[in-house]
Amino acid sequence: MSPRLALCAIVLLAIVGGAVAIAWGRSGPERPHWEGHGIKPPDKDFPLPEIVSGYWFRTKETQAIQDDDFNNPGFFAVEQGEELWSKPDGAAGKSCASCHQDAATSMKGVGAAMPKWREALHKPVNLEQQINICRTERMQAEPWKFGSAELTAMTTYVRFQSRGMPVRVRIDGPMAPWFERGKQLYHTRNGQLDLACASCHEKNYGRNLRADFLSQGQSNGFPVYRLRDQRLVPLHERMEGCIFDVRGIPYAPLSDEFLALELYLAWRGTGLPVETPAVRN
Amino acid sequence: MAETKPRIRLDKKEVRKGQIVDVKTLVSHVMETGLRKDAAGKVVPRMIINTFNCEFNGQFVFGCDLESAVSANPYFEFKFKPMESGTLKFTWIDDEGVRIEAAETITVV
Repeated sequence: MSPRLALCAIVLLAIVGGAVAIAWGRSGPERPHWEGHGIKPPDKDFPLPEIVSGYWFRTKETQAIQDDDFNNPGFFAVEQGEELWSKPDGAAGKSCASCHQDAATSMKGVGAAMPKWREALHKPVNLEQQINICRTERMQAEPWKFGSAELTAMTTYVRFQSRGMPVRVRIDGPMAPWFERGKQLYHTRNGQLDLACASCHEKNYGRNLRADFLSQGQSNGFPVYRLRDQRLVPLHERMEGCIFDVRGIPYAPLSDEFLALELYLAWRGTGLPVETPAVRN
Repeated sequence: MAETKPRIRLDKKEVRKGQIVDVKTLVSHVMETGLRKDAAGKVVPRMIINTFNCEFNGQFVFGCDLESAVSANPYFEFKFKPMESGTLKFTWIDDEGVRIEAAETITVV
C-alpha cells in the first residue's frame, strides 16, 4: 500500500468513526418510547398535538410493575377499599354497599367523569369530596381526612371500577367558569422558579428537567402508586408537590383552586383510559 | 397501618414430579427505615420486615434477612422443584415481632 493510499484510508476511517460517534451521542441513553402512543385530541384548538398517558414516559421497568396486577402494589389499596366498601361506619349504621350495592356495577364509569357538578353545593366535587359527602350525609360518619390511607384507598377502589374507560368530564353550563379558572391557573407562573404547569407539561414534555423526564402531567392514573413515596398518592398531593418544587406556596388539597385545576387536567386528558392504580416513579 | 393479606401467585399448582414452580410473593408493609424524622424532628423508629421464610412440608425452601434499604411492600420471586405434594408456608416477621403468614398447596401428579 502506498503511503498516500494509507493516509486516505486513515482519513476515511476517521470520518466513519466520527459519524458513528455522533450517531452514538445522539441516541444517548435509552429513552422511554412515548412517541406514537398518544391519542388524537378531540378538536383542532386542543392545547396538545397528541394526548399521551404518563405511562409512556416511564421506564420499561416501571411500566412492567403496572402491567402486572399482581406485582402492582397499588392493588393493596384496591383491596383495602373493597373491604371498606361493605364495612358499616357512623351513626346511621350504613356502609357504601348499603346504598350502592356492588361497586363493580354501580361505580362503573363514575371515576372517569369526575369532578362533577353538585347542584346542592353549587360547585363541582371530586371523588374524594363525594366520598366524604356520602360519609357525613348518608352514613353520619366522620369524614376521612385528605391523605388518609382510608380516603385514598376508597378513591382508588372507586376509580378502579372505571379502569380502561375513557376520561370524559363535562365543562359546559355551570362548569364553564371552573374550567376557565383551571385553565388560567394552569398557565399562571408560580413560585421562585416562575414556572407555570404549562411551562413543563405543555411546552417541554418529553424532555428532561434536570433528572426528571417530563410527562404531559396527565391525571388518568390517579391515585398513583409512586415508587418515590412507596404508597398511593392522590392527585391533589401530587399538584402540591409540583408547586412546592417550583418553590411556590401550594394551594390546600381539596381547595377550589385545585378542584378547578383537576377539572382542567381531566379535560386535557380527554379520551385517555383510566389507569388507576397506575405506577409512576 | 391497614393489614392486608399477602399476595402469593404460583405459576402452576399441579405439577409433574421435578417440574419447576415459579413463586411470586408481595406483602404490604411500610418498611420504615428508622432514618427518617417526623415533622417535629423526632426520629421515626425503624419498623421493617426483617425475615422472610418459605417452607415446603416443614423443609426450608427459600428465605432471607431484610435490611432497612428494602422499599415498602417487599416483593420476592423464586423458583423451586417440588418432589411431592404438600403445603408451602410463607412467614414474614417484622421488628415488632408480628408474624404475617400464608400458605399455598401444590399437588404433584
